[in-house]
Amino acid sequence: MDFALSEEQNLLAESLRRYLEAECPVTRVREIVAEQAGRDGGSWKALCELGVAGLLIPEEHGGSGLTLLDAAVAAESLAWGVAPGPFLGCAVMAPIALLAAGSAEQQARLLPQLATGGCRIAVAANELVSKRDGAGLHEKDGRLHGLALMVEGGPDADFFLVPAEDGGSLALVGAQAPGLTTTRLSTIDRTRGFAELAFEGTPVAEWIGERGSAGEATRRLLDAGRVILAADILGASERAIELAVAYAMQRKQFDRVIGSYQAVKHLCAEMVTELEPARSLVWYAAHAFDTMPEEASLMACHAKAHLSEIGPFIVRTATEVHGGIGFTDEQNLHYWFKRVGVDRQLLGAPEALREQAARIQGWMS
Amino acid sequence: MTGESEFNEVFFTEARVPKSNVVGKRGEGWKIANTTLGHERNMLASSGVLDGSFRGVVALMEREAVNGTRAMDSPVLRDRLMRLQSRVLAMKFHAMRMLTARLVGEFPGTAALVTKLAGCEVSHQLNALAIDAMGELGTLYEGSPRERNGGRWQAGHMFTLGLIIGGGTAQIQKNIISERGLGMPREPRQMSGT
Repeated sequence: MDFALSEEQNLLAESLRRYLEAECPVTRVREIVAEQAGRDGGSWKALCELGVAGLLIPEEHGGSGLTLLDAAVAAESLAWGVAPGPFLGCAVMAPIALLAAGSAEQQARLLPQLATGGCRIAVAANELVSKRDGAGLHEKDGRLHGLALMVEGGPDADFFLVPAEDGGSLALVGAQAPGLTTTRLSTIDRTRGFAELAFEGTPVAEWIGERGSAGEATRRLLDAGRVILAADILGASERAIELAVAYAMQRKQFDRVIGSYQAVKHLCAEMVTELEPARSLVWYAAHAFDTMPEEASLMACHAKAHLSEIGPFIVRTATEVHGGIGFTDEQNLHYWFKRVGVDRQLLGAPEALREQAARIQGWMS
Repeated sequence: MTGESEFNEVFFTEARVPKSNVVGKRGEGWKIANTTLGHERNMLASSGVLDGSFRGVVALMEREAVNGTRAMDSPVLRDRLMRLQSRVLAMKFHAMRMLTARLVGEFPGTAALVTKLAGCEVSHQLNALAIDAMGELGTLYEGSPRERNGGRWQAGHMFTLGLIIGGGTAQIQKNIISERGLGMPREPRQMSGT
């Protein structure tokens, strides 16, 4: 068995990066998000035209029928370019949930719209992992009550996938449903939109599949989401190292490029020493999701926990390699720093993920 | 440091060696020695050894107890264990990736250069965690009563510090990674004007 990316996967990464560099470089990202945090200014629609939203959707429903490893390769490249857009929810967690739990009719109706990006489904996954400020949902007589926080892609969604009964059931709710209030949240990362949803007797338009049968789908969407967040950190960290090394080779102090000083070189070596083994872990976790279901949850926890540790180390060190200019707005490095900062906390911070990993292995009494 | 002698000094005084014993050709010594060192570095950080060491720490933490609480039930120690498991897994999959790269004749680039630096550190930290799980009894050595696992954790803790230094110190590894891997310039041999 080969442990490497395929030629097609390398090509996917290369073409996405070339596209982003040409059409949506960080200067363009800056313009887009200056207007409003979380807006993608048409850049997501353009990525959808390239097929980014349909990677995981089967060909019969208008997608490319690829694997989570392919999606992770794409996520890495999107984060490399700090590309705005709701990839995590619309292109990964929503399709995974629909494929795992949706009826044939629901799949045939919803997946083609997701594949083209014509319809955006955000997933209110946060409370499956972390309930704060009294958030959480309950259902009574076909109506939803409660609060869902930190819904990625929430501000521009057409529908929400809302877990009820601790994820045992998944409800589909239209963004305009009665009794639903959507409030935009601002995070440090302006490249992605977040919202909170308040439900006050909001009718459930439909359940995904049979009610009470979504437990496995919920687990799968969390596993997939964690792997994709790990890949996002990987791509952002990789770019931060590239920027730091390039800067160190060009910036002079005391008549020498600073990249010739061991104090600076060693920081760069430490960053890449953390990054490369972590890349192998992300690949394995994605592959486990695709082909080894018994290992998938454990590996997703480890990948997300580990990348959430090394990512912040890398973006912080890359900033230090830049010196004072690294801290400025103009140098742009902060877009990657902030992207990693948000990724680390979503769908489980590292401490919680490591606890879950211990529990999965029977090490919690 | 460990009390064992695994290295020795060898003195050559006008020692004669037949020409047929020259490895490769004259003038190729540096290249050959470097190849050997490259293999040594990869071996020092063998992911199989890390895996075995990790299992040993798990077994130990399930057994050792302080004030009636198993080490495995201490949230702090368990979190350290889980952090290290992430790293042990990463090194295992990294080794698979490097193996594939070699089998298909691809140069894995910077990724291959980091194995020794990353692996030896994980190895050292696994031994350190095992000692902390045993606390004051973790210091027992030389076959003392109450010593666990034949003193392997203390011996391993010191031995792996040797590995961090041997085969090219951690600092030399960082020079190699940044120069050969990332293409950064060498430190000038001598500062001018000092």
